[in-house]
Amino acid sequence: MTEEIIIAGFGGQGVLSMGKILAYSGIMQDQEVSWMPSYGPEMRGGTANVTVILSDERISSPILTRYDTAIILNQQSMDKFEPMVKPGGTLIYDGNGITRHPERKDIKIYRIDAADEAARMGLAKIFNMIVLGGYLKVKPLVSLENVIQGLKKSLPARYHHLIPDNEKALHRGMEIIAEAN
Amino acid sequence: MGELKLMKGNEAIAEAAIRAGVDAYFGYPITPQSEVIEYFMAEKPHERTGMVVLQAESEVAAINMVYGAAASGKKAMTSSSSPGISLKMEGISYMAGAELPGVILNVVRGGPGLGTIQPSQADYFQATKGGGHGDYRLIVLAPSSVQEMADFVKLAFDLSFKYRNPVMILSDGVIGQMMEKVELSAPVPRRTEEELIRECPWATTGKPAGRERNIITSLNLDPAKQEQHNIHLQEKYRQIEASEVRFEKFHCDDAEYLIMAYGSSARISQKSVQIARAKGIKAGLLRPITLFPFPKDEVNKLAGQVKGILNVEMNAGQMVEDIRLAVAGKIPVEHHGRMGGMIPSPEEIVTALEKKLIGG
Repeated sequence: MTEEIIIAGFGGQGVLSMGKILAYSGIMQDQEVSWMPSYGPEMRGGTANVTVILSDERISSPILTRYDTAIILNQQSMDKFEPMVKPGGTLIYDGNGITRHPERKDIKIYRIDAADEAARMGLAKIFNMIVLGGYLKVKPLVSLENVIQGLKKSLPARYHHLIPDNEKALHRGMEIIAEAN
Repeated sequence: MGELKLMKGNEAIAEAAIRAGVDAYFGYPITPQSEVIEYFMAEKPHERTGMVVLQAESEVAAINMVYGAAASGKKAMTSSSSPGISLKMEGISYMAGAELPGVILNVVRGGPGLGTIQPSQADYFQATKGGGHGDYRLIVLAPSSVQEMADFVKLAFDLSFKYRNPVMILSDGVIGQMMEKVELSAPVPRRTEEELIRECPWATTGKPAGRERNIITSLNLDPAKQEQHNIHLQEKYRQIEASEVRFEKFHCDDAEYLIMAYGSSARISQKSVQIARAKGIKAGLLRPITLFPFPKDEVNKLAGQVKGILNVEMNAGQMVEDIRLAVAGKIPVEHHGRMGGMIPSPEEIVTALEKKLIGG
């Protein structure tokens, strides 16, 4: 098993930390993992993205141009990464702020309105965990228990009281993700 | 099994340095390697092992602090990225001249000048051919994973003290910024003063009665003596070439075409080999781990087996010159590179292999 994922959105949406939690979950599950962020000028406002790879084997390139799964959280990222999903691959997107919805016919498309849901739950900061929950529903490559373990590993101890909210968000994401094609 | 962590290459090298019993780190921040000093500062290594970590007032000050610590036998290191490494070159040349051990990490970014902050391998010539003045060589290690960023700290210090020569870890923005699973080795204590005096009889540890003064200098005004020193240094470099070549091979046994790459380019090229093999092209990868000493015998041997070599680097073609020297005209050697902070894709490397070597 090798899963090559791009997570892309605005800086501040928790794109990098979502990828980090997913990578940590992979380690908990004895997988090889890599996490490669875009860094540099684009970090200072604008778009942010991270490539995460989970694999049973040694990982070759941490940098890719074709992905098994794209998790897309803004329009710029939709324009850039929709064409880079492998045929038969998966695209997950949040409809918030999307003006041009995905058009590919040869991939599986799922929509998750995580921003709206996070606002409804009054927990804007766990937006990324709702998205991650949706991803895990579609691609159950790591178990929820290992994601919680990954959260504990990647969050400093002073934030551990927030783990129940994150867990709630993961479950909510699993419930609200819906097929869009 | 050691402790498993998810870390950036820049963080892993700092943690590994604390665990390896390194005595001192002197640095100055620059993207894309500022996490090295950030990690050190957050970890307070002085409280863990007594290791000194200091943000110097400039890159020049930092390398001269390494010189000073090394002169007294301490394990000292510094890190920077390309423009900052250029500033350190005077100090590095002095260390090579004075035969001082020490480790310099370069997390390379695009150049020349201030260039970009994105990954590059444009500093191969500077690292392997003597970026400072004078006839000298650094031992150059090229990590291609976060694990190697951690592991090469100890290796670099071991080689550095064995040969009394500075060692450069030539990394790049990809390896520095990406996170991977890393297994950290158990901490070892720093050397005691007694151990240091025993293991570094050359160091300026205070002159006891009955031994000559230890003088650390790169200045020798008598040209005949300086030439003798040069001859000694060259003999040392030949010995390093004979004993310390390191490389890794991937699918080379039945390869008809060879890709050569180091660092992050080697990781990308590994995927290119898989893609090429899926298309029926028998490709293999030779990854030099030591850039000096360069694995020229292995390259020459493989030149008797494969039909051509594609060099892949994030520069205009630097290691390709060493490959061509080793191949000595036996087979075609081509280069595919990206510059300025752009990163090649696995697919474009396969296309380059097809166009430049296979034909079609």
